[in-house]
Amino acid sequence: MNQSAEKITNLKTELYNFHIANGGKMVPFAGYDMPVQYSEGIIKEHQHVRSAVGIFDVSHMGQFSIVGNEKDYLALEQIVPIDLKSLKVNQSKYSVLMNNKGGIDDDLIITKSEEGINIVLNAACKHHDITRIHEVINPSKTKLHDNLSLIAIQGPKAVNILEVLVNGVKDLKFMTGGKFKYKDNDIYVNRSGYTGEDGFEVSLENSVVKDFCKTLLENGDVKLIGLGARDSLRLEAGLCLYGHDLNPDISPIEASLSWALSKMKKEEGNFLGSKVVKDQIENGVKKKRVGIKPDKIIAREGSKIFKDDKEIGVVTSGGFGPSVNGPVAMGYVLKEFANEGETLELEVRGKKHQGKVFKMPFYKKSYVK
Amino acid sequence: MSEKKYSEKHEWVELNGDIATVGITKHATEQLGDIVFTEVPEKGKSFEAGGEAAVVESVKAASDVYSPIAGEVTESNDAIVGDPSLVNQDPEGNGWFFKIKVSDVNQISNLMNKSDYDKFVTESA
Repeated sequence: MNQSAEKITNLKTELYNFHIANGGKMVPFAGYDMPVQYSEGIIKEHQHVRSAVGIFDVSHMGQFSIVGNEKDYLALEQIVPIDLKSLKVNQSKYSVLMNNKGGIDDDLIITKSEEGINIVLNAACKHHDITRIHEVINPSKTKLHDNLSLIAIQGPKAVNILEVLVNGVKDLKFMTGGKFKYKDNDIYVNRSGYTGEDGFEVSLENSVVKDFCKTLLENGDVKLIGLGARDSLRLEAGLCLYGHDLNPDISPIEASLSWALSKMKKEEGNFLGSKVVKDQIENGVKKKRVGIKPDKIIAREGSKIFKDDKEIGVVTSGGFGPSVNGPVAMGYVLKEFANEGETLELEVRGKKHQGKVFKMPFYKKSYVK
Repeated sequence: MSEKKYSEKHEWVELNGDIATVGITKHATEQLGDIVFTEVPEKGKSFEAGGEAAVVESVKAASDVYSPIAGEVTESNDAIVGDPSLVNQDPEGNGWFFKIKVSDVNQISNLMNKSDYDKFVTESA
């Protein structure tokens, strides 16, 4: 058999060559070749985002939109349980794409725009998600914007640095956005992110993205940040990574994401999987996602969790938290052991090590509200 | 003190009499990235050549450290347990992992010298 014919070629974002030119170490991720780190390494990159500002290429994520008015997009509520009518133009919400088992097919950010609805989807799920969305929304009203890149600018200095290039972004509140200009180009900026820091996500044409990043990097406080630090930053912030902390067999209630479903939808219950969700809200869940702080050992994804020799759960994300300066993890445990401060044991390399249920986030920063 | 020898698993060994100091190579630390956790063997523990002896974890993953030579542990480096970043800073010096009383000093001839190891690294890249 011809081996080269079997080789899977990963997709590249517009910035692929730019990452390599800047010392990016490329790894396969969700079907793309993405930078896991640059030359300084994950810990320095992580700390840089906490103290200054980092830029992340998240263009592998799906930028999808439904163009039209309420009658064109309202059916989305059947699979994404939020209240689209009360969402204001330029306001964003974190939510989930439900399946008929009451499980989560993806987690996503929805923004109401003047033209309709914009959705940011996880790279690995985007094509499946779009198929699912087309079951309730007329495909002719939708579009996946492969012509756009997405850049996250995160950290306490993000606002001051971006304001210089894009006038007016300083006035955005957390989880709101708007149309802005960058050197005469139309861009969309949202004050959001996934690091636990203040920051922005900027959607712009592929033709402009390299110039935009280069210009940002002219400021010495700005550094490129890879997926490695993105993972440790989001874990410290207690945020889920789809495919690890969330999957089609886990409900939003088990995932401690009840807040990502609107109150109205939870009461009305008219969405896919709502029977399971309502039953769990009324009668409780068997297992629940919690934060776990191991005393000493790093417990990674797959580490079994025990209480008095009884297996009670599993770690779904775990690693070293550079800002916590110690190991952090999250995982699912039986509900009776999900209380803050509960001591438990984590199995690592065949030995059990102490840890505690910890109320997330592990690292706290205040967002601009 | 003898010249440093290297294993294919990216450990180094330095023999002083019948006591060998073992650590991981600079190349290994570069591949691992930021080291955030180490586990070193207790004094008195015995290993075969190639036996799992210690653990090194970077932000990215956990890896085993093997003893390239058979013997009994006489001392381990508590400094790298307290400050694992020492391994990144000085992998082939202060970032050593453990010392072992070797059962057969001739075993060291099975390992590579510096130039052979460098060649091995280049070829396996």
